[in-house]
Amino acid sequence: MSHAPPRPAARSRLQERSALRRSLRIGLIFGAVAVYITVVGLLPSLDARWIVVGVVSLGDAALIAIGLGAGAAIAGRRWSPDFWPLALPSFFAGSVAGGLLALLALAMRVFDLRPIFITLSPALLKVLTFGLGAPVGAVVLILGGALLATLGGALTLAPTGIRTPVLVGLASIVVFGVFQELIQIMMQYGKFIGALRDAIFTWEGLSPQGAAAIFVLACGGALVWTRVLRGPVRDRFAGLTAVQQNRARAARIAVFVLLLVLFPVVAGSYIGQVMLLVGLYILMGMGLNLEVGLAGLLDLGFVAFFAVGAYATALLTADSPHALASYTALPSLSYWAAMPIAVIASVIVGVLFGIPVLGVRGDYLAVATMGLGEIVRVIVQSDMAAPLLGGAQGILQIPKPRIGGFELADPVDLFYLTLAASAVAAYFAWRLENSRLGRAWMAVRDDEDVAQALGINLVKVKLLAYGLGAAFAGLAGSIFAVMLTSIYPSSFQLLISINVLALIIVGGMGSLPGVMVGAVALVGLPELLREFGEFRFLFYGAALIIMMRIKPEGLWPSATRRRELRAAAGGGAPDDPEEAAAFAAEPLSAAQRPAQ
Amino acid sequence: MSEVGARRTWFPKLPSLSRFTFVDVVLWGLRIGVVIVVVGGTVGTLIKGRYGAAQWFDFLVFGLTIGSVYALVALGYTMVYGVLRLINFAHGDIMMTGAFAGYFLASHFAQTGLLDHSPVLAMLGILTVAVATSTIIALLTERLAYRPFRQVRGLAPLICAIGVSFFLEQTFRGSFGSGIRAYPDPRWQKETIAIFGFGVPLVEVLVVIAALISMAILYLIVQRTRMGMAMRAVSEDADAAALMGIDVNKVVVFTFGLGGAMAGIAGVCYAFVFKQVYFFMGFTPGIKAFGAAVLGGIGSVPGAVLGGLFLGIVESIGPALFLDGIGIPAPYQLRDLIAFTLLIMVLIFRPYGIMGERMAKKRA
Repeated sequence: MSHAPPRPAARSRLQERSALRRSLRIGLIFGAVAVYITVVGLLPSLDARWIVVGVVSLGDAALIAIGLGAGAAIAGRRWSPDFWPLALPSFFAGSVAGGLLALLALAMRVFDLRPIFITLSPALLKVLTFGLGAPVGAVVLILGGALLATLGGALTLAPTGIRTPVLVGLASIVVFGVFQELIQIMMQYGKFIGALRDAIFTWEGLSPQGAAAIFVLACGGALVWTRVLRGPVRDRFAGLTAVQQNRARAARIAVFVLLLVLFPVVAGSYIGQVMLLVGLYILMGMGLNLEVGLAGLLDLGFVAFFAVGAYATALLTADSPHALASYTALPSLSYWAAMPIAVIASVIVGVLFGIPVLGVRGDYLAVATMGLGEIVRVIVQSDMAAPLLGGAQGILQIPKPRIGGFELADPVDLFYLTLAASAVAAYFAWRLENSRLGRAWMAVRDDEDVAQALGINLVKVKLLAYGLGAAFAGLAGSIFAVMLTSIYPSSFQLLISINVLALIIVGGMGSLPGVMVGAVALVGLPELLREFGEFRFLFYGAALIIMMRIKPEGLWPSATRRRELRAAAGGGAPDDPEEAAAFAAEPLSAAQRPAQ
Repeated sequence: MSEVGARRTWFPKLPSLSRFTFVDVVLWGLRIGVVIVVVGGTVGTLIKGRYGAAQWFDFLVFGLTIGSVYALVALGYTMVYGVLRLINFAHGDIMMTGAFAGYFLASHFAQTGLLDHSPVLAMLGILTVAVATSTIIALLTERLAYRPFRQVRGLAPLICAIGVSFFLEQTFRGSFGSGIRAYPDPRWQKETIAIFGFGVPLVEVLVVIAALISMAILYLIVQRTRMGMAMRAVSEDADAAALMGIDVNKVVVFTFGLGGAMAGIAGVCYAFVFKQVYFFMGFTPGIKAFGAAVLGGIGSVPGAVLGGLFLGIVESIGPALFLDGIGIPAPYQLRDLIAFTLLIMVLIFRPYGIMGERMAKKRA
């Protein structure tokens, strides 16, 4: 787990460039990020949420993180093992980063930029300059940036025994502060917990003394874990037999699932709603994962299958003039009868969708599928299809599913439905991955021509990928329809396809746990951070670029994918030290997934 | 990129009747269906005779106008594809940045009255700012997002390009607001001039002229300058070009810059035709222009121009000519449908385009 030793070539290059230029560059980069999030309006909206009431807002935290990050970036290069030779460059980089922000503040003071940049309001200027007025505020920004960067550098070079507890403590404060509403809801049970809650939180959020208590507790916990507990636990685990190890892992997963099941009951219906959405995106992600991750078919028209599932459910069950029951002899179906039909309809559309683009490859396929998806949307939205599908007004009054006399009306109930559907779907996806079909998909992904030469029926395999992928999306669409109880064509934008694509990229293409990680990170988090809502697509775009640049295999990659992408990126040799380090750094995936 | 040249693809040849699978049935059904709609619709429309000559001429001129905008954007796609084999998915959004930059100057000029007093000066200023912005943003995206993927094959570059597209859109949404902003509408643009006895809005004529001039300049750059020659060499074979002493990196940067400049002009033209800017405006024209580039044979400069004009005209005439005839209500809502269908048909049946550029075959 140790860091890879700096390679000689890298070191000599480092020495060539002067320290000053490097720190200037890093300072400029971090300053540009700070200016960017301000101009684009992210900072003002983050500023609306307290982390510690009256002391630090989320916006402040973002700026602090940027300052610390500048120092960490300098120290992270490790061109000196000691802190003192790095102190000055860190200080300098931080002041440059702060300086850029200060320049923005001064510019806002001098010019009226508001007619062009709508977010640069006087209120923002006040926030940026801490209410001290532009000149003094600018000085504070520069000095603050410099100090923070120095601190960041010091923290990076501090021994792990100090660094880890401090970071854990800070992260705990952020988590408790940001998710205070949620945590407060969860802490309303029982007298003792209630008293505890009142000690940490005010009605607005985390109180300063609460933050201090949390920091001390988390810090101490991390200290105890790293110093005392971690070694023995590891040794104990390593001492178990393979069967016992597997059992221990299974138990861990079981506990996790149990917590997941119980969580919305404790946390209330808002969190149930969020988890329901995450579940729907996990379903879709698993479907697109079959197409993109396994079969390598980049499908940007995926939302069409989702729409088919939703519309099929609506047409079969709704209590509206557009429902099939109202103008044909078909009876109005219950949700449970309509759902399989919706899934089958999606599969059929998926196959029909796939047939024309069978011969289209790579980038062209992405554009062609996107075109198909847009065609579906344009048709659904048009007056031409309005008599059948309701046009832009959509279809209303879709009943909630019922079990006996019980109506699944609450988001939490629907969450359990999604959870069950996801579990079934995940089982299928997992079994498919290592099946003959799954391996055929991967062969097609790696090289279509070779796969065909090996006797793989491309037509069959590709159409199965589209069809099965569509089944997952259809299922998600069906639940989506009853969740909203009304559907409109505008819910089925290309954005959803991109959203699903982004989550499987972030999680790791071809990896099932990756889909879940991606869905939680890209759907769950923005949903919980309401202020962030408008910026989620910005976040997706940035995530796609950044992931492709630094971690193309995703946060939780499948073992195969990781090797391929590394090889494709040109660092191909298996004895590449960087790759070896990357493998060692993440024991989870390396240990859990046998190399194929 | 050498392996791209060396790889052979096996295209499904037109099968003999004994091996006519259901896939072929569907594909032929698709072809025949489109032909039926086109022919049936045309006949139906002509029999109904709802549209007079003036209207058809209007459609044609509007098609030419919008088509020349598509052509300008398509040039950026095709040139970048030529040298890098990359679909610059964000190219439509680069056009949007130009339109936005032009908007701020144009509305300033409209306030001061310059746009009405000396239109030539004002328009030149607006175009310059738009071109500068688009070029800078194109260069920045190349440097920050695309350069690390120069040697990467597979889906990563395209996914990154999709990310760039989103990032640009959302950056503009965050910075300049999500609302639609109305472009200034000076009086002189609304005047009509007579062509063949039909009145045509001046703005449409100007857009076509501006596009033609830009395309002529671009053609001269590509055909007559050393840099243009280097561009052609790189798109022929990047490795061999590098061996001949061409700085491939410089060529790529130049290509992105040139594409960005064209997109800037296209952005201003598009905005003056539709009189509005908003952050998502680049997306649909971008996709359509990509279709136009493929239609003309991706990698081919004259092909992109022809493809753009063709797409514009089909899209403009299509709803009235094909769809009205078969009795579809409100056919204008389906304008995008025609464009996308054309795009897909080209991608499926003729990925090397009407100009038959051979290198496109290797990727498609």
